[in-house]
Amino acid sequence: MENEIVLIILLMALVTYVPRAAPLLLLTRFDLPEKVVRWLKYIPVAVLSALLFPSVLLQEGGLDLTFVNEFLLAALPTLLVVWRTRSLFYAIVTGIVSVSLLRYLGV
Amino acid sequence: MINHQAKDEPRDKNARSAIVKGMKDATPIVTGYIPIAIAFGILASQVGIGLWGAVAMSVFVFAGSAQLIAVGMIGEGASMGTIVFTTFLVNLRHLLMSSALSPFLRNLSRKELAWFGFQMTDETFAIHSAKFRVAVPPALESFALNSTAQLSWVGGTIVGVLAGGMVKDVEGLGLDYALPAMFIALVFMQIRNNIYFMVGALAGTVAVFLNLTGFGAWSTIGATILAATSGVIVEQWKTK
Repeated sequence: MENEIVLIILLMALVTYVPRAAPLLLLTRFDLPEKVVRWLKYIPVAVLSALLFPSVLLQEGGLDLTFVNEFLLAALPTLLVVWRTRSLFYAIVTGIVSVSLLRYLGV
Repeated sequence: MINHQAKDEPRDKNARSAIVKGMKDATPIVTGYIPIAIAFGILASQVGIGLWGAVAMSVFVFAGSAQLIAVGMIGEGASMGTIVFTTFLVNLRHLLMSSALSPFLRNLSRKELAWFGFQMTDETFAIHSAKFRVAVPPALESFALNSTAQLSWVGGTIVGVLAGGMVKDVEGLGLDYALPAMFIALVFMQIRNNIYFMVGALAGTVAVFLNLTGFGAWSTIGATILAATSGVIVEQWKTK
């Protein structure tokens, strides 16, 4: 393995690790202001949506809101199943089966 | 001796069931990680960072999208500084995830917190944030979940590198939808009232917009901060 690759990996590990661990090590030590806690409670839904929407709506770099976007189409049965069952497992199975079915049908 | 056993047995049993529960809860992540890790391994073998380079990246960096981006950049011959800075930007979002989980992890030791942070990914965060809202499980359960997720990531990487060009297109299986489907379900479960709904819709829309306008590396963190702040503001209006 080249030295440069080793160094790249080590630096990548460092710049990834610090933001991951620092808040855990620092923020668990004292009580956060009430306003910050209220802000933090919206972080999960915000960050998960910010990751989800682009992964479903952006196909090959562009916005795809049409019916040929199988990721968008498969979101409907997935949502229906999670709403009815509240089960992560069933939702994922539904999503995977829907996408493979849509591809098989040539959508 | 006998006393000692009698005392330790239930504890061992609890430990074992916590580990099993954690591993089970990692199943959706594993389903999503393996195909992506294989894809990463294949790409890594093509740019010539070797089996050990790819495995080292999956062990020490453990960040899906950043690893795929980095391998692409190595293939294009980008400079070390560019690769490291891009990785930093792309992974900075974990700062927010780690902050959001911190109120639930106050009983962990510093060593445990340091280890927990190491395995904080979008997916482990997603599952933890859903679980912690109901009840914070024993630390062992969370560590079992994190480690199972990482093992599948490293395992998939090895398979991908070894398989190299042999693996044909796995798209037909729809496994590339495992993680989007998991996020759909977890976002849905996070929505407790109209404000949460608004925050999610706003974050998602802004993230798409930032991606389309060339701010891809900032999209997650920018959209998240904007939407969560809006949530607090709307909440304040409503209570007035």
